[in-house]
Amino acid sequence: MTTETASPAGEPARFLQLRLDNWALAIILAIVISAASLALLPPVVSFWIALAACALAAASAVYNAWGRHTGGLLVAPAIALLFVMNIFPLLWSLGLSFFTYRANRARPPAFVGLDNYADVLTDPVIWERLKTTAILAVLTVAVQMVVGFLLALLFAKQFPLRRYLLILVLTPMMLSYVAIGAFFRYYYEPTFGLLSQAVRLFTGEPYVLLQSTAGAIAGIVFADAWMWSPFVMLLVLAGLVSVPKYLYEAAEIDRASFWRKFTSITFPYIRGLLLLALLFRTIEAFKLFDVVFILTEGGPGTSTETISIYLYRQAIQFNKTSDSTAISYILLFTVIVLTNLYLYFVNRRAKEA
Amino acid sequence: MADTTATPAHSAPRRVRISRGVGEAGWGRTLAATIISLIYFFPVLWIILTAFKSYGDALAVPPKFIFTPTLDNFVSVFSRAYSAGGSAVDTNFDLFFFNSIFIAGTSVFLALVIGTLAAFGFSRYPLKGNETYLFIILSTRMLPAIVVIIPIIVMFRVTGLAGTYIGIILLYTAFNLPFTVWMMKSFFDELSPDVEDAARLDGSSDIRVFFKICLPQVLAGIAATAVFGLILTWNEYLFALLLSGVETRTVPVAMAQTIGGDIGVRWGLLAAIETLFLIPVILVTFFLQNHLLRGVTFGTIKR
Repeated sequence: MTTETASPAGEPARFLQLRLDNWALAIILAIVISAASLALLPPVVSFWIALAACALAAASAVYNAWGRHTGGLLVAPAIALLFVMNIFPLLWSLGLSFFTYRANRARPPAFVGLDNYADVLTDPVIWERLKTTAILAVLTVAVQMVVGFLLALLFAKQFPLRRYLLILVLTPMMLSYVAIGAFFRYYYEPTFGLLSQAVRLFTGEPYVLLQSTAGAIAGIVFADAWMWSPFVMLLVLAGLVSVPKYLYEAAEIDRASFWRKFTSITFPYIRGLLLLALLFRTIEAFKLFDVVFILTEGGPGTSTETISIYLYRQAIQFNKTSDSTAISYILLFTVIVLTNLYLYFVNRRAKEA
Repeated sequence: MADTTATPAHSAPRRVRISRGVGEAGWGRTLAATIISLIYFFPVLWIILTAFKSYGDALAVPPKFIFTPTLDNFVSVFSRAYSAGGSAVDTNFDLFFFNSIFIAGTSVFLALVIGTLAAFGFSRYPLKGNETYLFIILSTRMLPAIVVIIPIIVMFRVTGLAGTYIGIILLYTAFNLPFTVWMMKSFFDELSPDVEDAARLDGSSDIRVFFKICLPQVLAGIAATAVFGLILTWNEYLFALLLSGVETRTVPVAMAQTIGGDIGVRWGLLAAIETLFLIPVILVTFFLQNHLLRGVTFGTIKR
């Protein structure tokens, strides 16, 4: 052991030199040790010995690369985990989408090329589900933008107890979809539900909201918009806070009308954030699953079945694995385009600031 | 920079508190905001009230605003609930609450260790194609869960990970990782490079700079990221529904099952479960207020 061992960036180790950064030797040693232990010892013991040897080899490789590839080494574990748990499964499902694989059949799948995609794109049911998703997404995002904006105006100025009242409004967005689905099932319940009881005061009849398509859509939109309006509020508030006060003071002197102040001063400052809120909520609304699943289960009939729920049914309940992976790739494409757009505007806003 | 009371090193200097508004409004605004906030919060409030109602009161027509509070529902959450048929059914919610806490805690911790290192790497040692890596990482989080879950189910069945703690913890670690990386990167990006440069000039190693200079400055950020991760994992439903077994089931899955099931008609009991499930989240929202914006946008928007 010389002093050189302290600096991995020094001259490279010779092959048989016993140094901590000699990763080539470490890997060979690890293979030899694990092979030997596998041959001589019971599997339970040799598993741990092999694991330790591999860890040693990995440590050596890391020690060797440290300094030259610091950035790569720091991000490697994260990339590796994401590769195993996200990217690899996605590539696998891309592969599956070219076959006729069904998770509950032992029969070997046949290669069909792009047939699954052709089927999906010409299937009227898919377009029907996409339409349902679009209706729900447009309605809920529109309501969120309006309600969130109005709430932000309410909280834009400083007033006593503001901090505590904000908590009450911000809470829904932090809750679980399951909890929110459960809440609103209780409120929409025909006999004991608050909604039905309120309607009965006027009509005398119990009111079953989730029975009709329009009612079910309204119920879902109300629950989802209630949950996510605070999100829009938070973004708009951030914009409102960034408006310099002197602009309003100047406008005051010029006796600008409220509308004029809004369009010339306030709006330019919140425009960017409104757009980001819109894109972010659209991506999320496009994936709408949990709240619909708990609240209406896609019903009545299939009138509120979003594309995500349809995909769930196809893949999990009907085991049409390959067909559903083809659908999921179409979803994937859409979300990636929207995410890219979102990040583009995030970066543009960061550059302006 | 009229503010001469030096900002403590651990709080980000440019952080804009959302409680700072444009101009001042008086108690009149407080009154209006109180009414609107209470209306907005009413669905949560009503569930919490329902949790303290007896079986009869919860189903009363018209709804009871004034009632004698009872803790029966909370007791039944952890002991036994009775099915409609009258036979005793174990609710098992003590196990489900343990699972939720254990799985969320472990996976958030793992994601935090791996994610903070990666965020530091992305922030300080940009790779070739740094932006692309970051985009891919964020994309994996933006994807519809159902798209990723189909191949993962197949993978977990093959490897025998389905229904085990290790499987679900691994999955949630990967689920939390993109969020952690983006959040922590946004905190690291905000640090002033001066101190670091000075330390490097004095001969501090990369490791020392990370542990002694950068990490202490982002402790508040780490706490915020951890809490957000805990809430996200705590609330997650679809992954847990499809990949947790009977023994590793989390509260959201169990809660969803009770809605249509035997306990389902016992709204008071369901409300008690929900209340127990919500209270940590509501408490935490209060402490997270200054980091909420960053948290809900996965660190993409800081102010």
